[in-house]
Amino acid sequence: MSGAVIRGKVYVLGDNIDTDQIIPAQYLNLVPTIPEEYEKLGSYALCGVLDAPRFVPEGTIKTEYPLIVAGRNFGCGSSREHAPIAIGAAGGKAVVAESYARIFFRNCVATGELYPVETPNRLVDEFVTGDEGVLDLDAGTLTNGRTGSRFELRPLGDARPVIDAGGLFAYARQTGMISKNDHPDVREQVPLNRIVED
Amino acid sequence: MQTMTEKILARASGKRSVSPGENVWANVDVLMTHDVCGPGTIGIFKREFGANAKVWNREKVVIIPDHYIFTSDDKCHRNVDILRQFVKEQDLPHYYDVGTERYKGVCHIALPEAGHTRPGEVLFGTDSHTCTAGAFNEFATGIGNTDAAFILGTGKLLVKVPPTMRFVFEGEFPPWVLAKDVILHIIGDIGVDGATYKAMEFAGEAVERLTMEERMTLCNMVIEGGGKNGIIEADETTFAYLRDRTTVPFNPVAPDPGASYVTTKVYDARTIEPTVAQPHSPDRRATARDLRDVRLTRAYIGSCTGGKLTDFVNAAQVMRGRKVAVDTFLVPATTEISQAIRTERLGGETLLSIFENAGCTISLDASCAACLGGPKDTFGRINGHEVCISTTNRNFPGRMGAKEGQVYLASPYTVAASAVTGRITDPREVLGDLEGAGS
Repeated sequence: MSGAVIRGKVYVLGDNIDTDQIIPAQYLNLVPTIPEEYEKLGSYALCGVLDAPRFVPEGTIKTEYPLIVAGRNFGCGSSREHAPIAIGAAGGKAVVAESYARIFFRNCVATGELYPVETPNRLVDEFVTGDEGVLDLDAGTLTNGRTGSRFELRPLGDARPVIDAGGLFAYARQTGMISKNDHPDVREQVPLNRIVED
Repeated sequence: MQTMTEKILARASGKRSVSPGENVWANVDVLMTHDVCGPGTIGIFKREFGANAKVWNREKVVIIPDHYIFTSDDKCHRNVDILRQFVKEQDLPHYYDVGTERYKGVCHIALPEAGHTRPGEVLFGTDSHTCTAGAFNEFATGIGNTDAAFILGTGKLLVKVPPTMRFVFEGEFPPWVLAKDVILHIIGDIGVDGATYKAMEFAGEAVERLTMEERMTLCNMVIEGGGKNGIIEADETTFAYLRDRTTVPFNPVAPDPGASYVTTKVYDARTIEPTVAQPHSPDRRATARDLRDVRLTRAYIGSCTGGKLTDFVNAAQVMRGRKVAVDTFLVPATTEISQAIRTERLGGETLLSIFENAGCTISLDASCAACLGGPKDTFGRINGHEVCISTTNRNFPGRMGAKEGQVYLASPYTVAASAVTGRITDPREVLGDLEGAGS
């Protein structure tokens, strides 16, 4: 994934959106590395959320919301990598939340599926689902097209180039930390230390 | 001056010492995966390292199918086939195949049963409840498929050293209070993100008195507080458990007297009561007594959190000679526990007979079952507007199946007592011991 500016409709969620809501466990029989199952995971993204319009309309596989705005502790619960993958497969590009659960954040970076951006402000009170948003990753801002308000975000730091590249392995290859064909040997590869863990 | 977690990560990364916030490459002692995340992990491993690549160390990879085993869902069976094929290609010795005598069940309980949890080691697993193994004085945490694939190829992972929160329980826990009550109490205090990015260390006389299974319950749910890992010092209880389970030498760690903690909370163990987490969050704490008006339609005993042998022994203590008033589903975590339920006796009666006579619905097919909902035909799954009290670990919307369901989390004593009365019940009420409980 790359692109410094992400424009589109915003989908608003509350606090503690857990991975069971992001991708309910009955769909964990799908294997993300199998292309048609990857698409299918996308069709179920966020279908476990209570009292919200469907992120992906039933009978379709893509969302009209590239941006998600949420509260605290987004992605808590299970370590299932299916969670960021489902949102990414559906066409979600970024989440802007007050904080993230550790494993979810790391899975976003490792897979390169989704930019997990942190906001110091409670933006769930500043957006409603359907607002047009403009996320500028270089400037570190999210703008609400309806109200005109612009909000400063926390920098993604070292996680940004990894997601830009398409995830941990793609980044490691792109930057020459591991070669395209060889079995990677990370022992001497200090630069990988720069990648944000969690 | 280091905490246990810092010492383990220093050792694993070949350093004399590490500090919280430092990123280190940790050498991995055990990588565990299962049927839900294993196929995706294997897919990434092959894509990134090549179709013919070999895992970094076949002795250090443990594969335990446990999630979706007893279902007619074809994809679930296909996923176990993917594991089986990989194990064959890689000639992996530590595989616990479905339909064989080696099958075990829930990975977090199977790991220690099979001797894969050892003090001082680093364990990663593609499951957030991998933190359970911190009870054995090791660094154990959950990771995603991509990180797991990276480990399969390299044997290493970049980890940030977490700061440690210390929880000390002085004195003794009261009768009818279990580790589940303690961890629900703590999560109620710190919230579901109170320990995010942090290690949770448990200590004090009351913790030292806990059995290994109870210590596992304590560490199991640190992830519900957002914690990266839970950890407890090793002692004779630890060594006694490991003695018959592993011959691999290990090297425990203890905290330095001057180790630094981000917070230290000291509790009087005697003040902990039977505790419940209300829908839909593990930090919505109440005492069982305060919820006595909540009517139930179902009770559930099982999972890595509450499906161990002591959990069933505790439930049987309450249910013996009594009848359940609501549908009560029981499923042991592992096959070893299934067997013990058939043979262990309480007052001359087997646990199985106690549960059958009480009117419980029992599956002896050990697995994760309905703890996380799963395929529609999963044993005990919530498929409608059920109000369930459960010994499991999460009560998020839809966690046990239908999102219309409501799940209350509690200890095996409290779940059993509530099953008997049909409403949320402090076990001391059923056992006539509520007087003196400070009510």
